[in-house]
Amino acid sequence: MTSRFQIGARVRVRRAFPPGHVRTPFFVRGKVGEVTGVAGKFPNPEELAYGRDGLPVLELFRVTFRQQDLWPGYEGGAGDTTVVDIYEHWLEDVQTQDQAAEAGEGQHA
Amino acid sequence: MRRHHDMGGLAAGAVEQNQHDYAPWEKRVDAVLRLLWAPGRQIMTVDEMRRGIEELGPGAYDEMTYYERWIASATNNLIEKGVFSVDELGRKMAEVEARWDAERARGAQPHDDRTGKDTA
Amino acid sequence: MPEKQDDHQHAGHSHGHSHGHPEGHRHPFQPDLEDSDYSYHQVMTEAVVELLLEKAVFTAGELRQTVESIDARSPALGARVVARAWVDPAFKERLLKDVITAAAELGIDAGGIPIRAVENTAGVHNVLVCTLCSCYPRMLIGLPPDWYKARAYRSRVVREPRAVLEEFGTKIPDDVEVRVHDSTADLRYIVLPARPADTEGLDEEALAALVTRDCMIGTAVPRAN
Repeated sequence: MTSRFQIGARVRVRRAFPPGHVRTPFFVRGKVGEVTGVAGKFPNPEELAYGRDGLPVLELFRVTFRQQDLWPGYEGGAGDTTVVDIYEHWLEDVQTQDQAAEAGEGQHA
Repeated sequence: MRRHHDMGGLAAGAVEQNQHDYAPWEKRVDAVLRLLWAPGRQIMTVDEMRRGIEELGPGAYDEMTYYERWIASATNNLIEKGVFSVDELGRKMAEVEARWDAERARGAQPHDDRTGKDTA
Repeated sequence: MPEKQDDHQHAGHSHGHSHGHPEGHRHPFQPDLEDSDYSYHQVMTEAVVELLLEKAVFTAGELRQTVESIDARSPALGARVVARAWVDPAFKERLLKDVITAAAELGIDAGGIPIRAVENTAGVHNVLVCTLCSCYPRMLIGLPPDWYKARAYRSRVVREPRAVLEEFGTKIPDDVEVRVHDSTADLRYIVLPARPADTEGLDEEALAALVTRDCMIGTAVPRAN
């Protein structure tokens, strides 16, 4: 069974802000990064936190963000990055999102 | 809404490069949690503990130390799960406090590193 | 090596002083202990322990063993693994694949949570954080320092890592990528620092002595003495 995202895929972190035990940090919500690692499957911590079994397991991805993309006016090396471990349900394929936006525009034309 | 523990990227002052030797009671908190979430036992998960800390509220970070937050969260979780009742805990805490008061009055050594029972 | 009472049977007892300090020298314990006073949460801790023992959730022996295993972990274990990786390229490759299995080759039990080694190279300097709480490779290098768990580090190291590193006296050249790893999930990380120059004559033990805890967090780099 292939992974939801491949290494090298550009992904965006969903712009959602639920309450509760969320392990996707605020500072990457809505940001675009690159999948640089596929880290296995784990029960969902958002559910484990409430005493539930967290199944089905979710795939965990290592997503690399350029610091330039995360922080306006980042003062550091141009190549600096932050890597965050993010569960699959927080990630969307950037291309799919852009295509959906274009399709939406086409309908209104 | 951004919750207090989710602090990556916020402004803050200089890193105070402090550290302290962990007190016996702090290591005991750490040990208790490890036992509770050990695979063979799984009374609670580390996720439940983290969620419990997050739900202590922003004041907890200012008012409580690291291991105080751990034991506060663990205790809330254990009560919710019915491992012990609020009443049992309250009585036991009063008993411990009375025992320690008596020991201190007798001039005994700091008592944090004894559970006061020979159970081995 | 943690000091241990010989035949003490007190459940959960662990000696309060870390090794190497003379008896009577006071470390910066929490104020409540220095005053021989106790806090609400210390009382709670004791009460919870006693209730859990009474209800046989775990035994006194298990509690004591767990405290001892906490005491047994220190940066020295990680340093041994790093030093071996420096002298043995094949071991290094195994380490980069699976830290726990590699550490076991050296007789080190690094626990069950997966640990990934991230290698410092000429082009990349790695630094670790858990912005959401305090995740840390405890089972390999022991308990994290207070600053790692505190607001300033957790907030700032993802936002301005170079400034934070400079506070630790570590300056990374602009053309080297500073890569911050935020351990948000069930993976833990350890930095595999680069072997410093001018260490050709050192044996593994001497090399391990150069690897401090902060080198494995990424806020420092090892230096030949």
